[in-house]
Amino acid sequence: MTDVAWIDTALTSARPQALGALLRYFRNLDTAEEAFQNACLRALKTWPQNGPPRDPAAWLIMVGRNVAIDDIRRRNKQEALPDEEAISDTEDAESEIAERLDGSHYRDDILRLLFICCHRDLPATQQIAVALRIVSGLSVRQIARAFLVSEAAMEQRITRAKARIAMIYLIFNEGYSASGDTAEIRAPLCEEAIRLARLLLRLFQTEPEIMGLTALLLLQHARAPARFDSDGAFVLLDDQDRGLWNQNMIAEGLALIDKAMRHRRSGPYQVQAAIAALHARAGRPEDTDWVQIDLLYGALEVMQPSPVVTLNRAVAVSKVKGPEAALAMIEPMAPRLSNYFHFFGAKGAFLMQLGRNDEARVAFDRAIALANTTAEAAHIRMHLDRLIRDSAPQTSRKAST
Amino acid sequence: MLYAILCYHDEDTVGSWTAEHDAAVIGKLSVVQKKLADQRRLGPVARLLPTTSATTLRKDDPPLVIDGPFAETKEQLLGFYVVDCENLDGALDVARDLGRANPGGAYEIRPVGSLTHGSLPT
Repeated sequence: MTDVAWIDTALTSARPQALGALLRYFRNLDTAEEAFQNACLRALKTWPQNGPPRDPAAWLIMVGRNVAIDDIRRRNKQEALPDEEAISDTEDAESEIAERLDGSHYRDDILRLLFICCHRDLPATQQIAVALRIVSGLSVRQIARAFLVSEAAMEQRITRAKARIAMIYLIFNEGYSASGDTAEIRAPLCEEAIRLARLLLRLFQTEPEIMGLTALLLLQHARAPARFDSDGAFVLLDDQDRGLWNQNMIAEGLALIDKAMRHRRSGPYQVQAAIAALHARAGRPEDTDWVQIDLLYGALEVMQPSPVVTLNRAVAVSKVKGPEAALAMIEPMAPRLSNYFHFFGAKGAFLMQLGRNDEARVAFDRAIALANTTAEAAHIRMHLDRLIRDSAPQTSRKAST
Repeated sequence: MLYAILCYHDEDTVGSWTAEHDAAVIGKLSVVQKKLADQRRLGPVARLLPTTSATTLRKDDPPLVIDGPFAETKEQLLGFYVVDCENLDGALDVARDLGRANPGGAYEIRPVGSLTHGSLPT
């Protein structure tokens, strides 16, 4: 018997491998994606009956390819696959060999996929969006949320980026220096991202930004075991049990950022990794070097200006200069972030620290309305409860006098 | 006679172990290690961080720092040190000192993830 949860995990983890192989085969991202979807449907039908295949990725590649070829034949007898000569170099022309290697050379396919997503002709926002969509299989909605744009706008971006991918794929084999990024959303995705980052680093051993990226992913993911409590509620960095942090990942992350810094070629990943490293080095929250973190966020604001960076910097500022300064820093962004959960979460927290509880409550209410997950909402509700608790004795005191 | 046992494995495979699987393997290894330690036959045991964290110092004149693990095939592994340094720069300083004393070849510098000191009689 094969349960659905197992199938779901298997499909998710096979996705980059299978999609990479299918893309190499069909040289068209839409066809590859469709083939993968169809293979997944077949898997859902047949795996529960026949049991799981020994190698789910290989199974999905084979089935996806067969289904898509059938489809293509049925749909249009005249339209053949793109001419080998026109679109491929000699290495790729040995497609039969390549096919046989499917089983063993996933790594190349995944990297190829990643490079397509990260081609320098694509603007950065599109690179990440496409990488998330293709490599990690996130929904457009999830990606749009991460990038603070509407779903329609993001869909458009992805479509635009995709349109150029087929062309970009043809020149992939030339080899491009690129930096990849996948967001940390859920543990399997984080692990996949770390794996890809390590692969990338092994290919480009002297790129400080890839070291920075790998370090960043490791240092952030190291905190995963402490980020949620037993009820699944989100635990703030300050409240996390640091004993749960994964020390192996931290050691590796620190070693990598150390190695990256020697190049004296800073970049956004290195800066973010350096920030994460300062958190990782602090045995207790009060040991955190917030002054340095404030400076690093300042540098990041210059490299990669974004309201989210400023929002993060404001947290550091609140620790260094107090909540008043932090609040002044984020207020101008209000119009831009009127639909952003974290903006109202942070605003509420600063207001609460200032004792402006009524205003804090309004901000927290708005945050709850914008929360993307129940854990986020629960976390804000915790603040609200604290506010109510704190204000209750005052009211009763008033009543008694 | 003391013997060094050098551990080789596919990094991709080991790197993709889940935390539970990793812990289970370490648990099984520690049983073997304890047996040796109790007999005062176990020297230091180090688990190295992945090769992505490696840096290589070619002992040329002047010495050359290269990112990544030692990748040549014409030289062979002849020995190793474990040194305590503030950071990678510190480790490279030590390697340069050693290199001046014994030029030629290379040192690969790898951060140690975990270290047990063992139980050899001194």
